[in-house]
Amino acid sequence: MTRGVHDVGGLPDDQVDLSEHNYAPWEKRIDALLVLLAGKKQIMRVDELRRGIESLDIDAYNELSYYERWIASISKILVEKKLITSTELEDRMAKIATRKTLL
Amino acid sequence: MPHDHPHGPTIDAKRLAHYQCMAVAVQELLTEKGILTDKQIEATIKEMEARGPALGARMVARAWIDSNYKRRLLLDGSAAAEELGIPVDGTRLIVVENNETMHNLIVCTLCSCYPRNILGLPPDWYKKTAYRSRAVKEPRAILAEFGTFLPDSVTVRVHDSTADMRYLVLPTRPSGTEGWTEQRLIELVSRDSMIGVRTAKQAES
Repeated sequence: MTRGVHDVGGLPDDQVDLSEHNYAPWEKRIDALLVLLAGKKQIMRVDELRRGIESLDIDAYNELSYYERWIASISKILVEKKLITSTELEDRMAKIATRKTLL
Repeated sequence: MPHDHPHGPTIDAKRLAHYQCMAVAVQELLTEKGILTDKQIEATIKEMEARGPALGARMVARAWIDSNYKRRLLLDGSAAAEELGIPVDGTRLIVVENNETMHNLIVCTLCSCYPRNILGLPPDWYKKTAYRSRAVKEPRAILAEFGTFLPDSVTVRVHDSTADMRYLVLPTRPSGTEGWTEQRLIELVSRDSMIGVRTAKQAES
């Protein structure tokens, strides 16, 4: 069995980069989205979030930042569950991209 | 010489904008469908911001001064957290104790499972592959990168977390703190000492 892209335990890797950043508002919003959907709303499980992340192709997995992976997975799972469609997601993203501010 | 792109945002900025738009779009669509409200998102963000290492430090300092609490903490971390009014929302919390012969280190090799109810959101390095890959293979080298050097007589034990089972390290109480109040002891308990990459801060003489 080949290792999943996320299954890194024991592999050689670089020195630990000890720098830290304060979470940005957009990152907190994605975190809260998952906490709500997996908690109170019981709409998706953390395991499903992980499946969505772990099924990203290796380039996407390595290139995307942590919460970028999360929202990529969350939207994929929501489409799978037919709570949103990929067309309405794309249309809304296109609209949002033309706004001066995001919210 | 790399080609310069003076016009337009960089690839990174474009990518970030793409996923930020996605996040806003998902939130708006779910709100319009009545699945959640903006208020609930804001409230959840606030709840999360209220979580942080200060909560874990209270548990550790209490265990240092109260051996009965320590026994309960090591037996059932979730119950011991709830006892101090810290909700753990159903996750199983396992507390592992450091002493003169044993040092514990926490990692999540597969993703980023972390006792977030007790310590807040994890630091960046905890989520990146360098730490996740190497912690289980060469924990002493990892510890050295944090400036933590343990004698060979100390066994290092590494715990790999899962979504349903989170670990918290009970660091060794620093010497010279006999008779200290709980409040004073709390100051010595850093986030990193509860992950196990460092020891508790030493008492200043």
